Amino acid sequence: MPDQPLLDVRDLRVSFRTRRGSVTVVDGLSFSVAPGEILGVVGESGSGKSVSMLAVLRLLTSPNVTVEGEVRFRGRDLLALPDKDMRAVRGREIAMVFQDPMTALTPVYTVGWQIAEQIRAHEKVSRKEAHARAVGLLSDVGIPDAASRANAYPHEFSGGMRQRAVIAMALSCGPALLIADEPTTALDVTVQAQILDLMRELNTEGSAVVLITHDMGVISQIADRVLVMYGGRAAEEGPRRAVFHGPRHPYTWGLLDSVPRVGGPRLRRLPTIAGMPVAPGDLPEGCAFAPRCRLRHEQCAERPQLRDFAGSAHRDACWLPDDDRAALRLTARAAATDVPDLEREATP
Amino acid sequence: MLQFIVKRFASALLVMFAISVLVFLIFFATPGVDPAARIAGRNADPATLAQVRHSFGLDRPMPIRYLLMMRHLLIDRDLESFVNRGSRVIPQIVQATPVTLSLVIGAALIWMTAGIIMGTAAAALRGRAADPLIMLVGVVGVSLPAYWLGEVVNLITQKQLHSSVFSWVPPPGYVGLDHPGQWALHLLFPWLTLALLYAGIYARLLRGEVVGALNEDYVRTARAKGLSERRILIRHALRCSLIPIVSLFGLDFGALVGGAALLTEVVFGLPGIGKLTFDALQNLDLPVIMGTVLYAAFFVVLANALVDILYARLDPRARHA
Amino acid sequence: MTARTTPSEVLLRASDVTKHYPLRADGFSRHRRVLRAVDGVSLEVRGGETLGIVGESGCGKSTLGRCLVRLTELTGGRVEFDGQDISTLSTRRLRPVRPGMQLVFQDPQASLNPRRRAGDIVAEPLLVHRYGDAAAVRRRVAELFDVVGLAAAHLDRYPHEFSGGQRQRIGIARALATNPKLIVADEPVSALDVSIQAQVLNLFADLQEEFALTYVFIAHDLGVVRHVSDRIAVMYLGEIVELDETEALYKEPAHPYTQALLSAVPDIDDGADAPRRERIVLTGEVPNPVDKPTGCPFRTRCPYARELCATERPRLTPTASGRHTACHFPLID
Repeated sequence: MPDQPLLDVRDLRVSFRTRRGSVTVVDGLSFSVAPGEILGVVGESGSGKSVSMLAVLRLLTSPNVTVEGEVRFRGRDLLALPDKDMRAVRGREIAMVFQDPMTALTPVYTVGWQIAEQIRAHEKVSRKEAHARAVGLLSDVGIPDAASRANAYPHEFSGGMRQRAVIAMALSCGPALLIADEPTTALDVTVQAQILDLMRELNTEGSAVVLITHDMGVISQIADRVLVMYGGRAAEEGPRRAVFHGPRHPYTWGLLDSVPRVGGPRLRRLPTIAGMPVAPGDLPEGCAFAPRCRLRHEQCAERPQLRDFAGSAHRDACWLPDDDRAALRLTARAAATDVPDLEREATP
Repeated sequence: MLQFIVKRFASALLVMFAISVLVFLIFFATPGVDPAARIAGRNADPATLAQVRHSFGLDRPMPIRYLLMMRHLLIDRDLESFVNRGSRVIPQIVQATPVTLSLVIGAALIWMTAGIIMGTAAAALRGRAADPLIMLVGVVGVSLPAYWLGEVVNLITQKQLHSSVFSWVPPPGYVGLDHPGQWALHLLFPWLTLALLYAGIYARLLRGEVVGALNEDYVRTARAKGLSERRILIRHALRCSLIPIVSLFGLDFGALVGGAALLTEVVFGLPGIGKLTFDALQNLDLPVIMGTVLYAAFFVVLANALVDILYARLDPRARHA
Repeated sequence: MTARTTPSEVLLRASDVTKHYPLRADGFSRHRRVLRAVDGVSLEVRGGETLGIVGESGCGKSTLGRCLVRLTELTGGRVEFDGQDISTLSTRRLRPVRPGMQLVFQDPQASLNPRRRAGDIVAEPLLVHRYGDAAAVRRRVAELFDVVGLAAAHLDRYPHEFSGGQRQRIGIARALATNPKLIVADEPVSALDVSIQAQVLNLFADLQEEFALTYVFIAHDLGVVRHVSDRIAVMYLGEIVELDETEALYKEPAHPYTQALLSAVPDIDDGADAPRRERIVLTGEVPNPVDKPTGCPFRTRCPYARELCATERPRLTPTASGRHTACHFPLID
């Protein structure tokens, strides 16, 4: 079936047991990734974007974590897979790249060794052959003089080069899906541009990508579809153009408007989102964004579900009337620009 | 590398010089110590004392005395004990060294193996009942005084149960390496006793390191690669945790070889460096004290240098720094 | 930010400031290796304006910020603040100058003493500079809390009880305590979530208006720097490669590095027909500031580099059209 998603997450729920009771970090999240597409997942800290992806790969190892729901990957439910089968999925079918390239590699082994280790964990190849493939991968991701650099240790690489090496490792078994958690956040813009190009390239070679970031600009440059998360839930989801050209959720408006841009008009004050990102554990019964929303009304006490707009693939979880969101956005922006922000009131 | 060795050698010389001067000064500043009286024997008349003083150079100024002693010790190698006339210092040390080395190397092998296994197991089993249990065993080992434990071991193996379970245990003492079987048998309980004192600390330290390493980003990467938990624990977490353990090991090992295994040696009647130092201190026998102290300093410095080399082998980040 | 008070006279002037860190010699080579963190920087900051300093990690922007308020000793050059050369003043003579220039740090977590209450942290500079009796200090701290948008109830809390944005507000209140003329802010919003970042940026704008403050705003985020700055200095390998009015610099960069930097920023495409910049992807990496290239520091990565660039170091000079760039072949004449 051509339409069958590669990854289909249904009603994912992640909670941590703490001294003060159970805290829900991901609260009924559903999304899917089609083969070969780039899904951008965006949100602020505490939105649950990283945790949900770690849950997908079952990398939340703390005994205090409970993960519920369904994670279907190529038809199998990953959450129900035996450990051994799950290990065969990790690194071979789904690879993951993390934010900080400086700490992502084991400091005492050479970069080439670590890539070869992953290859040998999944395929029956000789040490020599695995090393040769590691060299090839390093050269593919644009590391000059890969044959000798493969024998260098992580600390001998710069941040950008290390992130390339980590990506090379992630690609070593030709995964169908690459999950990248803020892969460029720790890097300079010029290096970020190089890494984003690299991700685009590998995407054209067939891997689907889930790119987690807080940077709307990065998403706007690279994603096919966008998932906006807030408070462990999906706020808005849709094709990139639809979301960026006609954002529908007030939180997405806020994210887009509060970023100072390198082009366009300069504002004296930025439109802000009032208050602070909701902390896990303080999630309200109704809409998670309602306490910070300038257009909240009675209905917001009830939790909104993701609904599509006029039958399109663009969906959002908001009670505002469907048709005049653009006008409402202008109202909200005007209100957001000149009122004092409410951070003070938002904290008890 | 050459530069490293030269630098280390120079600092070793400096350390040994400083220590020897310190020992020398402390010795002669200690009241009631008159080497001449000891050498001349009890109730010697003043004339004999003066003659002894003169022949041993004890009537010369302090710096000359120091240089003379050093010359006899290091260059002529004929420095003699003040207490046992005619017994030279260097051969005594040469004789005692293999005993101490046998004891310490064997014990080190046991405690490192036990410490690594216990520490890694406890870290892997953290949050379960086995973890605090393993750590408790460690604490017990640490808190037992060496002489007490040694005496108890002797009591059990030599007296209480010697006729039944431990009839194979030889009497305390040392047998040279030319009889390997007897050598090992004689050292078995000293090894275990000494190792027990250290295994607990090492297990405890290693557990902390491994638990910390398991929370590192690179372990998460290793998991995302699809490696087995066992491989992650041993090849990644444990491998990185060994780095700080090695530096501690170097210091402990150097100190033990230098004579810190004294209590174990005394309790089990092993004529090692510790025992030699112990006896020399009791008799205030300056030449022997000087010899053993310099020997100890040498080993501590040597162990430190070896640790640095090993450290660089274990941690590539330290190689170019 | 439009229609500010017209920038008046120069408040801060840096002339040929250098900061070199000697590295430990590696034994064999006789010559000492030197890390050139800041290498011959001259700039002026006029009263009431915001000068942005932008560049990638390791370009020396933070070190320069510390040199400007003399939190670190200069290797060479001089810094004049309010007409007085502060680069050679003794610690004692510097004391009365200090209240006039304050620093806001990047990481509010690390720059606030975790064992002290927020109110005491803000009161500290007041006590150091003998502001007045206990009651006067208390009144002033309460006033400062109000100014930066913190509640009176926050006075007795410890730093860890605050969010990142609130901690940065405490840091700002502390900097404001002595009524400074100049605030040097080193990456003050880079650790914050976007929504909180916007709030803190607005606070900076409000405070500038209210207290006629002069800012030196150091950041790596080109959007943020553009938002706050009247003029911007672009740094590369310890040197200023371009220094100009914000709008001119962003519309038509004169230095190839500025051009590449701007083109690398992933801008949000929101359907408004903003002209897409041509992407210029720089190859390679920033050279090590210990082994700086001869001549122009950027020449090893510059797509337009010629022979002259390797031999002669370009100076920050005005071009025919009045742009300020350190380039032999500027993109704008």
